[in-house]
Amino acid sequence: MGYSLDFGWLAGAVGAIARGAATTMLLIVVTTFVGTLLSILGAAGRRNGPPLLKRAIGVYVEVMRNTPFLVQLFFIFFGLPSLGVRLDPILAAMLAMTLNMAAYTIEIVGAGLDAVPRGQTEAALALGLRPRQVFVKIVLPQALKVIYPALTSQVVIMMLESAVVSQIAVRELTYEADMLQARTFRAFETYFVVTMVYLGLSMGLRRLLVSGGRRVLGAGVS
Amino acid sequence: MIEFTFWDILRNLLLAARWTVLLSLAAFVGGALVGLVVLFFRIAKNKWSRRIASGYIALFQGTPLLMQLFLMFFGLPMLGLRIEPWTAAVLGLTFFASAYLAEIWRSGVAALPQGQWDAGASLGLHYLQELRLIILPQAFSITRAPTVGFLVQLIKSTALTSIIGFEELVRTSNAINNATFEPFKVYGLVALIFFVMCFPLTQYARTLEQRAAAH
Repeated sequence: MGYSLDFGWLAGAVGAIARGAATTMLLIVVTTFVGTLLSILGAAGRRNGPPLLKRAIGVYVEVMRNTPFLVQLFFIFFGLPSLGVRLDPILAAMLAMTLNMAAYTIEIVGAGLDAVPRGQTEAALALGLRPRQVFVKIVLPQALKVIYPALTSQVVIMMLESAVVSQIAVRELTYEADMLQARTFRAFETYFVVTMVYLGLSMGLRRLLVSGGRRVLGAGVS
Repeated sequence: MIEFTFWDILRNLLLAARWTVLLSLAAFVGGALVGLVVLFFRIAKNKWSRRIASGYIALFQGTPLLMQLFLMFFGLPMLGLRIEPWTAAVLGLTFFASAYLAEIWRSGVAALPQGQWDAGASLGLHYLQELRLIILPQAFSITRAPTVGFLVQLIKSTALTSIIGFEELVRTSNAINNATFEPFKVYGLVALIFFVMCFPLTQYARTLEQRAAAH
């Protein structure tokens, strides 16, 4: 077998790879912020909401956690237009990623809320804070501190999972890799390089989140 | 044009789901075997063996599964192997699973107190006997919940093999959707089939977790 590796195409591909990586990062940044916000609301609703809402959130979490992300993506991208909602691929990808991530982080945030001692709430109420103030100022910051490492892992997992949104033609990193290998006929080399870019992104993202968390939430985050 | 009734769609999807089940089982068994080897390297006394195993695990946990599958699919033919989607899917998922399972079990080994090793040594057992008789049985037993949880993740991950052309549930559903133009029904049923496979396992993992927490 006389196959020799050829990376000569790489010089002309740096731009495409960088553009794709930027889109991947954009997707995960939006997903992280909206997903975390949703999951805070979800976790709070699951604990303090009316019974019907509690049940609905529970069902939502189970359905999302027990079906593949790819199927959820296809359901949203191909299914919603038949209801008259036509989404741009990138919007569909953001929606699917956010909804998927929220299901996992609702559980994570919920565990954090449960970890805050009941006395904290009682003390804050005794000081005359309104229930909403108690949640936002006392309970939530402590909960986020506890769950931050788990949240970080979930963000990295979601970033890696975002590779499949190339299947609905979102021009992110994997999509650019597909285009490159179709042009260069160097499939293995292309996917190898892009895999290494993903490895760098996931390691960089983790480091960024850890140092950012240490600064914002204070010590105790490893 | 061919008319598909609801039952035609469901029957075809269920037939395709057999391949999803088979692939999940093959990858889980293969992943457990390879994962055991990685675990041996990961907990060995030799520093370099531990480093290599950590690198292996970090590589598979830090890159997308889709890329791993592509590299299998396009890389193995270069080694002179004729590769089909089934082979690439099984091998790709096996290596993917091995990294995760090794890491899960390592956490079980790390959770055991040093006294377990010392007790084994004082009974005159050598390293492999200690592992086989004392360490691994306990490590497997305390990590049963995350292991089952990973099986759920693996079943869901088989959906990605549709992209490299393996005829499982999702690929079949794409074909049916292209013929019927009923994405809601088709992908809804696919989601339901996955849910039926995964949900009991999720519940089982939860039961195991609660039982472990009660101890």
